[in-house]
Amino acid sequence: MAYDFSLPVLSLRFIPIWRRHFLVWRKLAIPSILGNLADPVFYMLGFGYGLGSLMPHIGGASYLTFLSAGTLCYSTMNSASFEVLYSGFSRMHVQKTWDAILNTPMMLDDILLAELVWGASKSLLSGLAILLVIWVLGLEHDWALSLWTIPVTLLIGITFSGMGLVMNAVSPNYDFFLYYFTLVITPMVLLCGVFYPADRMPVLLQDFAAWLPLTHAITLVRPLIMGEIPSRIALHITNMLIWSGASFWLASILTRRRLLK
Amino acid sequence: MFKRYGDTEVVRGLSFDILPGECFGLLGPNGAGKTTTLKILLGLVAATSGDVRIGDNIIPHDARTARQRIGVMPQMDNLDPDFTVEENLRVYGRYFGLAAAVLAQRIPVLLELVGLMNKAHSQIGELSGGMKRRLTLARALINDPDILVLDEPTTGLDPQARHVIWAGLRRLTQQGKTLVLTTHFMEEAERLCDHLVIIDHGKIIAEGSPRALIADQIEPQVSEIDGEQTAEWVRHYAAQCCDRFEVSDETLYCYHRDSTAIRNALQDYPGLRHVERTANLEDVFIKLTGRELRDN
Repeated sequence: MAYDFSLPVLSLRFIPIWRRHFLVWRKLAIPSILGNLADPVFYMLGFGYGLGSLMPHIGGASYLTFLSAGTLCYSTMNSASFEVLYSGFSRMHVQKTWDAILNTPMMLDDILLAELVWGASKSLLSGLAILLVIWVLGLEHDWALSLWTIPVTLLIGITFSGMGLVMNAVSPNYDFFLYYFTLVITPMVLLCGVFYPADRMPVLLQDFAAWLPLTHAITLVRPLIMGEIPSRIALHITNMLIWSGASFWLASILTRRRLLK
Repeated sequence: MFKRYGDTEVVRGLSFDILPGECFGLLGPNGAGKTTTLKILLGLVAATSGDVRIGDNIIPHDARTARQRIGVMPQMDNLDPDFTVEENLRVYGRYFGLAAAVLAQRIPVLLELVGLMNKAHSQIGELSGGMKRRLTLARALINDPDILVLDEPTTGLDPQARHVIWAGLRRLTQQGKTLVLTTHFMEEAERLCDHLVIIDHGKIIAEGSPRALIADQIEPQVSEIDGEQTAEWVRHYAAQCCDRFEVSDETLYCYHRDSTAIRNALQDYPGLRHVERTANLEDVFIKLTGRELRDN
């Protein structure tokens, strides 16, 4: 079977599919919000107060503030990843929701775009929830500046939804996603500066981490929480846009091959 | 149309016309290429070569436009388990761009049609297999399609549920809708369809109305004879009494025009069971595609 390399067609037709995902989510919203929020917040508070009490300030901020910015990115990334991997796979492969939708005037590109935007919506929600905790604890140094993390969470969501959709397209079953979390997500969390400044790592690893989208997400979000305007904004946004675009394109090529044959 | 996967040619030069308002049945053993053919018609799979049109729409190029007026009842139920019966229809209707007002008016009518009025707010998990199939049929009708594509609509249903679906489908043909149906039940095809195509190994091996196929392809009567002495009886009489016969396990299928000779020859064999019936589409199907299992 030949690959179809054409670029995905982006159209607003995806909205009814997005709405379907939203309606399902609304039915299960409370456990879903709790699950998305409680875990990262507990970690953040536990490590932030616990480890933070042993640590000096980092860049003029408490460790808790430093960590809150990392947690915001981390939980945003996780929301999108879990959504498109586990829930997306269930919609595609287990419940055959995608097959049902493909029998309507919707195209596969519409379905994938709906997954991408829905994953990003879940990220946005997670990001907002963490931001709310940050505000309640008064961790942000400049409230107005911290608002700028909101569009960044959307971008993080799109990036990791795109990457997750690539995995989704090639996965034979749920177990396969463990490789992705173990070999991609976890190393990224450790290399990109969620828990500690990335510049404490060996230079070789730093050079490698400089390519990764989570590094750029954190480099944007952390100053925004710590009351500074980030430097080289265009570079960070461009990096994430390239990851988003390339992975979404790759995901559509691989998914077409998987389903439209 | 032709469809090739690597070295395997699944569809090897199928060609047929489906007229508006007819019930068209696509029959064939497992792996004959039925589902692939339906997917090509819907524009979900591109044919390797060939020319597919639905009305003025060239498939797959205009598949989106064509699917706007097609309803599909897939082989496997893929209802949304998180939604109620009514929500399933409403959400599905939105994929066709239908307005809320249109859906509010159409959904009760469809639920009535498939006898699920009092299940509107039930969860999908609470429905029986037959109810799920009926809901899937209602869902396929949400866009008031001109063409209905039904991939094994009654597989897995009990006789009662099957008859309800058949009655629904017959009403739809009366309304002038075009039905494109695949099935393993020859009785279903015989009852519903006016135009049948039997395919095997990706090619058409017979085409016509059920009645014409039975008349053209097979002897009018069948005697089924079974019992321990079948083999002996076959040795002595089958060739002279039957126009054509097949033995499968201990059962003889004897195709003929007149049963007098058979009855006479059976008089000395009280141990043999004999059932005489008119030939049906299943006999045609078996004659054309053989008795061997098609597991792959």
